[in-house]
Amino acid sequence: MTQPSVLTASNIVKDLGAGAGAVRALKGVSLDLRPGELTLLMGPSGSGKTTLLSILGCILTPTEGTLTLAGNDTFGLNAEQLANLRRHHVGFIFQSYNLFPTLTAEENVRLALDVRGERGPGVVVRAQRALQQVGLGHRMKSYPGNMSGGEQQRVAVARAIAGKPSVILADEPTAALDSENGNAVMELLSEIASNPENQHAVLAVTHDPRTIKYADRILKIEDGRIVGEDRPPGGDDNIHKLSRGKKRKFDAKS
Amino acid sequence: MTFILAFRNLFHDRVRLAVTLIGILFAIVLIAVQLGLYLGARQIIASTIDHAKGDIWIMAYGNKNFEEAQPINQRARFVALSTPGVAAVIPMITSFVDWKKPDGGTATIVLVGADPEDGGLVPWDLVDGDIAALGARDAVIIDKTYLEDLGASGLGSTAQINGSRVRVVGLTDGIRSFTTTPFVFTTFSRARSLLGLGPDQITYGLVQLAPSANPDAVRAALQERLPSEQVLTKAEFRNRSLNHWMMSTGAGVALIGGAILGLIVGTVIVAQTLYSSTKDHLNEFATLRALGSSTGYIHKVILSQAALSAAIGYGLGMTIALLIIYVTESMALPLPIVMTPGLAALLFGLTLFMCAISAIAAISKVTRIDPAMVFSR
Repeated sequence: MTQPSVLTASNIVKDLGAGAGAVRALKGVSLDLRPGELTLLMGPSGSGKTTLLSILGCILTPTEGTLTLAGNDTFGLNAEQLANLRRHHVGFIFQSYNLFPTLTAEENVRLALDVRGERGPGVVVRAQRALQQVGLGHRMKSYPGNMSGGEQQRVAVARAIAGKPSVILADEPTAALDSENGNAVMELLSEIASNPENQHAVLAVTHDPRTIKYADRILKIEDGRIVGEDRPPGGDDNIHKLSRGKKRKFDAKS
Repeated sequence: MTFILAFRNLFHDRVRLAVTLIGILFAIVLIAVQLGLYLGARQIIASTIDHAKGDIWIMAYGNKNFEEAQPINQRARFVALSTPGVAAVIPMITSFVDWKKPDGGTATIVLVGADPEDGGLVPWDLVDGDIAALGARDAVIIDKTYLEDLGASGLGSTAQINGSRVRVVGLTDGIRSFTTTPFVFTTFSRARSLLGLGPDQITYGLVQLAPSANPDAVRAALQERLPSEQVLTKAEFRNRSLNHWMMSTGAGVALIGGAILGLIVGTVIVAQTLYSSTKDHLNEFATLRALGSSTGYIHKVILSQAALSAAIGYGLGMTIALLIIYVTESMALPLPIVMTPGLAALLFGLTLFMCAISAIAAISKVTRIDPAMVFSR
């Protein structure tokens, strides 16, 4: 059964810059994200992927169009109100991980919970669980500088899921990783999307063709417009098998 | 977590932390010494008035401070004695005069004449000799800080004032003068004689009130009865002396100015290092913002960094300041540096203020941060 969407964007237009130098980066984009789905947003450089991701994550506001996130219309919200929506409903994964180098893996995850105003001993347990979920139960006290790129990206995934957001937005999550680590991260995102306990809607912006096999849905964007949508045949079953398999592997590690 | 993040950011770059702490330390030491000197100066200026056991002072019009006193007629003392509420009026003499050293040369002194048995102004903190010895024919008491300045070696040393021989019969410790002109204590009549004043001349009438008398009411009554003299309460005379030496001479302004300079230099150094630290961690702050933190949360991180710097810098700065005070105290310098719990608390407040002000530039930088920059990295 199709789940109701947690994020709906309608006719999103975004102009960057002002006056004669203004560029229309998005030209009427509409999409929705549903829990349990891993959606890939693919397109060439300059097609508007990152701008769209920023708008979906309530970092940028659209010039025109509407965005509804977890039932909240974002129209007219100020920067603080948008930040409030982000901290409660959006988890971000960045291309360069964007971990805090002076904090351990566990502290990096706890920080995301602290930002949400969640404190106390239960928070440590939740951060540790999130790290165990991504297979890093044995690296909780490690600093990012002492971890591989794949491990750092998994910490970033743990940080994104720790607060149980409705939507997880990933910006080129495999771009800085080798094939093995890239696959591991995508498997993880696939598992996170399909986990029946906390069904997240996951959107990953990517160039990487290796990621296609993990997708439930692929949106193609070109020149600021969604130009196509694919649903890989039988993708769901393959992904779920992969995810369950990977989860067992991570659990065994931690 | 804000505190942990602030702590780690601060200690991550040890060189920058050292520069920050040196800036705060420099400011604290400079402010502590300047304000300590200011307090020390105030203490010295007011010490004779504070130690005089009287509630109201009668003096010549235009008297700006304790040391520079003009003579008045002793008649004022008798008029005061007949005023309701007055229990006693102790005559005193104060004047600058030359002290001729036994081995040649002269030094200017402030001769203070008051009879110890009157209980008006008795030399305090006596460390050698006896107050009762002031009864001897040529006796004076001096402070051991000025032994060298006065060419004296201790008890029994002699000198001349206006051609009359005087002999040191007592030594005090810490009765210093703001002008660095030594106080020399003797009896009232001997002072009058040494200064060549007439039998009806005094410089001060120190009024002691009856137990239930109201100082302001008695002061008003005295002023009415003594229109040719100035009548001031103890607090008024104290303030007048302080105002003259600290403000009119510019000495206090210089000391406070030095303290303000320290505050400014410290603020600039801390602001610069805090700003550059914030700039270096800008991507982390943008990440925090992208994760949904409020601006208040980020401000808390920066202010925690500033507060931590303040606390550590204050600890180090105060340690050095106290060390300087200890060393200068042992050297018995003419102007002491005073540290009081109130000044220590004020310094801590100033340090926090300085660091909070320093954080403004950094806060302004992160307030304008665009969280979208996390995608461009």
